Amino acid sequence: MSAPTNEKIYGLMAEFDSPAAILHAAEKIRDAGYRRWDAFTPFPVHGMDKVMKLGNSLVGWVSLAMGAGAFLSVVGLIWFSNAFDYPLIVGGKPMFSVPMTFVPSYIMLILGAAVGSLLGMLGLNQLPRLHHPLFDKKRFELASRDKFIILIGAQDEKFCPTETRKLLESVGGAHIDIVEDVD
Amino acid sequence: MADAVTNLEELKRLAPPAELRRAPVVEGKPSLGALTDKLSKFAEGKTPRWWWILFIPAAFAATVIFPTCLFYQVFTGVGVWGNNHPVMWGLDIVNFIWWVGVAHAGTLISALLFLTKQHWRTTIGRMAEAMTVFSVMMAGLYPAIHVGRAWFDWFMFPVPNSNGLWPQFRSPLMWDVFAVNTYLMVSTLFWFMGMIPDFAVLRDRSTTRIRKTIFSFLAMGWTGSARHWHNYEKAYVVLAGLCTLLVFTVSSIVGLDFCTAQIAGWHATIFPLYFVIGAVFCGFGMILVILIPLRKLCGLENIITKSHIATVAKLTLVSGLIIDYIYLMEFFIAWYSGDPYEKWVFGHRLFGHTYMVLGWMLIGINVCVTQLLWFKKIRSNLLALFIIGLLINIGMWSERFVIVVGSLYQDFLPANWGKYLPTRWDIGLYIGTLGAFFMLYLLFVKFLPVIAISEVKGAMPEADPHHKLGGAKTGGEK
Repeated sequence: MSAPTNEKIYGLMAEFDSPAAILHAAEKIRDAGYRRWDAFTPFPVHGMDKVMKLGNSLVGWVSLAMGAGAFLSVVGLIWFSNAFDYPLIVGGKPMFSVPMTFVPSYIMLILGAAVGSLLGMLGLNQLPRLHHPLFDKKRFELASRDKFIILIGAQDEKFCPTETRKLLESVGGAHIDIVEDVD
Repeated sequence: MADAVTNLEELKRLAPPAELRRAPVVEGKPSLGALTDKLSKFAEGKTPRWWWILFIPAAFAATVIFPTCLFYQVFTGVGVWGNNHPVMWGLDIVNFIWWVGVAHAGTLISALLFLTKQHWRTTIGRMAEAMTVFSVMMAGLYPAIHVGRAWFDWFMFPVPNSNGLWPQFRSPLMWDVFAVNTYLMVSTLFWFMGMIPDFAVLRDRSTTRIRKTIFSFLAMGWTGSARHWHNYEKAYVVLAGLCTLLVFTVSSIVGLDFCTAQIAGWHATIFPLYFVIGAVFCGFGMILVILIPLRKLCGLENIITKSHIATVAKLTLVSGLIIDYIYLMEFFIAWYSGDPYEKWVFGHRLFGHTYMVLGWMLIGINVCVTQLLWFKKIRSNLLALFIIGLLINIGMWSERFVIVVGSLYQDFLPANWGKYLPTRWDIGLYIGTLGAFFMLYLLFVKFLPVIAISEVKGAMPEADPHHKLGGAKTGGEK
């Protein structure tokens, strides 16, 4: 079997048995200087975001922006519709006042922020996507079950098919395999 | 280091006795793989007979009774219901509040208990969320047809139109439109987002091409990468916080519909809180009714353990006690206000002969039966809990009837008094919505991941990298 050329390789994957094993392996991979790698787990492994230095997720900001946008636009809508376009006298109260706008705009804040958090999550994760090179790997199906998989991308500056494989072996990875790039 | 070790031994010595320790989230100590098999089995296996036995009557109610009553009313007019002067709000509004109420406990379990890190809620959260989504659907239908001319429903939305008209944003009825629609959308989003990783589980397990295609689309390319989880967890926390706000908002606004009116029996500042707690209480009753048979029928006894059901029962008791306090306050304030109309209405809730049966059902169930939940024996008896859950639903339904109809039928002028009796179309529509709810619920149970697979796995000790079962060399029982 001839080794595929570097362009065709998406990365190298290795399998681990427990959250602790993948966490320790991830620490070592990070210390070895790799940057383009990822861990695939059936549930979030606590501490992994620290090891991968993911920082704070931006989802909260997307949510805040959409929530604030929805809030302000409903305040504007109420001013426009009940005070400007068709001034409406209700109970002799002012045409427009801040308290009267609160409830509908607050509810739309919740809706906007909720849509923002879902869209933010999907957008930041680059979902939906129809395919991923890992989906071609039979053993990757176990990553949603009880296995923990690390993938080191071929795009990484330090990536070398032989050296990286050695590293993955040394940190205890099993079933080390080349993931081909489909494009 | 020596200090640490002695401390650890000290801790072990001081550990609480077995009966006081927190029950495990999942019983039987299954491995992660076995747990995945167990949790996805129902959505993958052959449809059992009990499912058809429940599904066919529900589907009949949903597809025959429901549209018949619905279309007959829409084509003929609101007059087919028993609503008439002075009781303009009849079963349609009673059922609206009841369905919104059923929804609330689902959100409370899935959102508030998530924020307070109650691991046991992972096992029942998905079922509770589904209950929320379907019951809000049923709730939203009632006001839409109660307006009488359902084809003018779009007047309620701020849409630019050739009449040059806009909604009146000072009215709580208008706020209801926003609240109920938002509630439906946000709880659906929350439910759907929670299912994305589980769709990926079903995708990876699927054996047929068609299942693979469907679940691949639903999972949207989820890989379970650490980066995905990182953003997902953040989004989940944000959504849970927003849903918790909704628990306290939606029913408050429904309560405002009442307390801004001048009717004696409605015009009280306690109403928003009253409706929120009543909603949660009623919803917990429905959770008991749904969970107890389903855990047995779906073979999930080790996942939805007796201790989880007992915890739900405790929460039911807490919300029931708050409701009891509110009843007490309502009657006290009616007496203390010295307002003759208030006194009249509240006196007639219990001693007026027209609706006194419902008034006493309210006291008998919501106040008396709930107290049974103080006993551990009752909380561990599933049959008793199932019956109490059913009774709570009936009790809360009669409470809504007493509030809505009981305050309207005898108002300030005796010449204005009347009576309200639901017609067969009122009752048929209620049966239809119940059928539609259970039909949707059974479809959910059959085809979607009914338990949050990845969340339950994440709550196991095997998922903790600092626990012995999670592969750590040191550390053990917590």
